[in-house]
Formats: sequence, C-alpha cells, structure tokens
Amino acid sequence: MVDMDISPQKQREMLKIMQKIRRFEERASDDYVAGDIYGTVHCYIGEEAVAVGVCSALNIDDQIISTHRGHGHCIAKGADLNRMMAELYGRETGYCKGKGGSMHIADFSIGMLGANGIVAGGISIITGAGLAAQLEGKGRVAVSFFGDGASGAGPFHESLNIAAAWKLPMIYVCENNLWAVNTSAKTALSIEDIGSKAAGYGMPGVIVDGNDIFAVYEAAHEAVSRARAGDGPTLIECKTYRHRRHTERPTQPDIRPQAEIDGWIQKDPIERLVRHLQKQQGQLSSEEWQKIDDEILQEIEESVNFAKASPFPSPDRATEDVFAE
Amino acid sequence: MREISYADAGMEALLEEMERDPNTFHLSTDAPVPLVDKFGDSRVRGTPIAEGALTGMGIGAAGSGFRPIIDWRMITFSFVAMDQIVNQASKIHYMFGGQTKFPLLYRATVGGGVRMAAQHSQSPYSMFMNLAGLKMILPSTPYDAKGLLKTAIRDDNPVISFESTRLLTMLGQVPEEEYTIPLGIADIKREGKDVTIVALAWLVHESLAAAEILEKEGISAEVIDPRSLVPMDTETIRESVRKTGRLVVADEAGPTCGASAEITALVTEDEGTFKCLKSAIRRVCALQVPIPYSPTLEDAVFPDRNKIAEAARQVVGSN
Repeated sequence: MVDMDISPQKQREMLKIMQKIRRFEERASDDYVAGDIYGTVHCYIGEEAVAVGVCSALNIDDQIISTHRGHGHCIAKGADLNRMMAELYGRETGYCKGKGGSMHIADFSIGMLGANGIVAGGISIITGAGLAAQLEGKGRVAVSFFGDGASGAGPFHESLNIAAAWKLPMIYVCENNLWAVNTSAKTALSIEDIGSKAAGYGMPGVIVDGNDIFAVYEAAHEAVSRARAGDGPTLIECKTYRHRRHTERPTQPDIRPQAEIDGWIQKDPIERLVRHLQKQQGQLSSEEWQKIDDEILQEIEESVNFAKASPFPSPDRATEDVFAE
Repeated sequence: MREISYADAGMEALLEEMERDPNTFHLSTDAPVPLVDKFGDSRVRGTPIAEGALTGMGIGAAGSGFRPIIDWRMITFSFVAMDQIVNQASKIHYMFGGQTKFPLLYRATVGGGVRMAAQHSQSPYSMFMNLAGLKMILPSTPYDAKGLLKTAIRDDNPVISFESTRLLTMLGQVPEEEYTIPLGIADIKREGKDVTIVALAWLVHESLAAAEILEKEGISAEVIDPRSLVPMDTETIRESVRKTGRLVVADEAGPTCGASAEITALVTEDEGTFKCLKSAIRRVCALQVPIPYSPTLEDAVFPDRNKIAEAARQVVGSN
C-alpha cells in the first residue's frame, strides 16, 4: 500500500473508524444470536476500507446512501454508536425510535440518507440528493454505496445515465464483494469489472483494490474533486469481500469456497493498515494499537449499556410518524 | 368569474407554487412549456424515460430540503416505479422515525373513456390507498384541481395527484385570486335527502347528471365528492348517509378492493350510520376487466349516469 501522503494522524483516524465498524458488528452479531437484537443483521466485516476510505474524502454536509449492509457507512459518516445500537435493540432512543432496525438506520443531520432493505433501492434516491446539491450550487456532493448485485438492477442504469447526462455531483461506489447472497458475480454479470460499465454512461470508471484504504481514498478524493468542480459523476468499483455469511442468521447458508474466503481474510483491510503504520517508525506501536482497540471495545460496551438502559417504545407510538405533521 | 380548463387550472397551480417557493422543481419525461418558459430548464427538466429513477430522485431531493414535483404523466408509468413508491416513498418518513420531512408531489392522469385501451385507462388509486404514508387527491373540477394541487405542493408529505383524463378539457369557474383547498374535506356537490351518491372524479359529473334525471322522478339525490382519498373525509360521508339512509358509490375503477369498497366499509362499520341505513348499499363501478379499446366494449365496461340513476332507484325502492 502506498499512502499517497495521507498524514499519519489521518491514517490512524481511518484505522480507528474501521476498527469501530468491526467491533460494533462483532457485538451486534453476538447480541443478535443471543436474541437481544431482532430481525436480521448483515455484517460489513472485511469491507470497512470502502466506507471509511470514501467517507474520509467527504465533508459533513456531503450526503451518502447505504444498503442493507449499512452499519459501516453509518459509522464512517459519523453516526452515534449509542443511537445505532439502541436502534438495533429496538429502543425508543434509537435513530428511528425503534421503527427501523438494522436495515433502516439513517441520520439526515450528518448526511446519511439511510440503509435500505431493497438492493439498488437507494441509488436513485441519492441521485435526487445529487440533483438537490446541483440546484443548491454550494459544491456539495452525494455518494451512492451499493454492491455487485445492484449493478445488474434497473435503478443503477437509470440513475447513472441521468447523473452523467446532467453532470450531477455524484460518486457511485460499487462494493463488489463478488457474491449477491449466494449468487456469484461470475454467473450474474456479463463482465468482470463493473467499473468498466462507466464508459457506457460517459463517465469515468475507476477500479480499485477495495481492501486498500489508500487506493479507495485516492479514487474517492479525485471523484469528489471532479464532482465539486461541476465535472459530473464517477463510478468507482472497489474489489472487496465480506468475511461473513450474507446475514448473521445461524441457518444462513454460505456456499462460497472456503479457500476463497481464507484468501480474502489474508487481505484484511484493517490488518493491512496496521502493518503499514507499524512499518513506519513510531507511528503505531503494538501497545498503542491495543489501547485503541480497548477504547473502541469500551465505546461499544457503552453503546450496549445505553441501549439496554433505554426503554422500548410504548405501543401507542406505532401510529406516530406515518405522516409529517 | 372566468372559466378555464381542468388542465390549465392544474398548470396555474404549478406556476403559482413554483413562483412562491424557489425550492420547488419539476421533473417529467416531457417538460411542460409554460413551466420551462417561466422557470428555465434547470428547475424544469425534461428527463430520460426512467420513471423509477425520477420517483426515487424526488424522494432524495425532498429529504435534502427541496420540494419536488414529479409528473408521471399517466398512472400507467408509475408502475415501473413501484419499488420507489411502495418500499421507499410511502415508508421513508415512518421507518426513519420521522427525522426529516419528504415534501413531494407525484402527478398522474387516471381513468378511461378516451379509447386508449387497457394499459392507459386505469384507475388504480386503491392500490396506493392500501399503503400507509401517501396522501392522495382526486379532483373533479378545475376549481378543485387548482386548489387541491396548491395544497398538495405545500404539504410536507408525499402526495399523489390523480387527475382524470376525461376531465382535462372540461371548463369550469376558477377565480383569479389566490385560494387553496385543504386535503381531507369532501365537497357536497349537490344537496339531497333521499339517497347519498359518493362519486369520484369524472363520475361526480355523471352523478350530478343522474341526480337531474332522478329529480324528475321525485328522488332527491345528494352528491358527495371526497376530493382527497387520503385523508378521507369519513364524517361528511357518514353524516350524509345518516340523513338519507341510502348510499350509492360511483367509481371508475373496478369494485374489487376499490375506493368504493373502502367507502362502503367506512359507512357500514360505524354503528350509528349503519342503523340509519334503509337499504343495502350499491356500488356502481367499472366491470372487473382490463379496459377494452373498441367504443362498444369500453362504454359497456364503464359506469355512466344511467347506471348510477338505476342504482339510486333500486336503493330508494322506486323501480
């Protein structure tokens, strides 16, 4: 990995956010299996460099939209862990007052326009945010995160076409983790490189190692600069992999070859950044790394305590919020 | 008072509201010339034929501080945007805990009668009523169209405006002065005492014509136009039925799970209103078939003033 002159301080900040995502999801998975979290949980573990690399190139008023695998994007954009965990726990203090759960966490105040339970469901919504940014004219940009599965769906095509035709300040980030649940991208897609689809829409397409946070950051930074300058959208394909099954449901089948999984775990984005920092004299000692991790674990523990101490919403709240008053 | 068409009344509403609020903008597959002329091609955009994306983009822009107007043109085309309507627009305010508003107008023409065959003659508003989280208007006159559209644009929720194809050229009195019509307030288009006819869109006019026929026979019909389907002015309808004791519901859609079924249920499930009923309720709807093309077939499928009058005679017991 080449760090593109990213300051060691910023590199450590990126590392912390990636580790925060990982520890948050490890805990969410445990608490889901224990029955304290309901429905389902989709873990982003293994793909953290994409969300963190991209969001590190954004400002607070830039907007993003996520997928069903959304915790990483939330945390990378600066979401509050307490309110996230409380939402997973179905509590009144959660981001959505317990109405959304894992697949619908949003925080509009930090430009996080929501996780989404429909594959490709968010792509056109965030393209509308990009149109809003263009009409507003203040240089804000909008980012759509989606997976390889979404790249074969209609909203991908419609949205990229419009964004390119109108030069919207958009960055489309495809997290190609090679599998849509248990369907291989090799069988579902006609080409290997989703980034090459950009040519068909008349926008730049960039293909990066999605487990190399510096490569992701650099591609995002360049795309954001283009978008802010009014030069239109970019499609960035990040080759990555989820370490876990599609969901944390214990009965969730996983047909992916073990050798493939093991190979990608060897390319773990967090370990790669740790190694990179440790190679640089004085940037991250083992003790420092341990301390960072301990602090993160403490923060996660506090979020769980916050969630557990929060009340469930009273049943009469079920009829609130159907409409804005 | 001046007279303008239903279509022009709708366009006036847009011109006035876009003038009033610079955060409004307009997307449709053909940009309306009067809007482009006044507001330019940045705020009024002709788009690719991609209703799914337009529908979703409206949601994202609404959640980003804008007040989008998306014209699907025909309700037919909304069906290619169903994910965005059903999974996103109707639920987004609720599932995110009400943390931000989504002020958003979708417009579409509905109904048949213009020989456009099955795909372009539909009245599927009950499909959308079945969702929670969308408001919807169904104006029957130029006056109502303008007043309801202005309110819909100012509403902080997604609103669908169903606009009757048959009524687009209809002329009606519309004042030059500013006015709005609140959602959820039915309009009693004609007062009567023997039978209540709740009618939607084009069938408001057929029901008024039926009431004229019935009057000559000594039957006094009250014609009520709900004007908005969500929210529905349940109380005005029930009050009328408590007065007349009889109900006919006229709808250009088929009867199965239609707005007509909903209106019927709203009346019968209210104990006080149910006790006032003197006869069974009758619905006058389209036949439950795709709308056919040939005039003899299409005219046979849709209700009209004669079918409404006949239903009224039956409930009054005078035939």
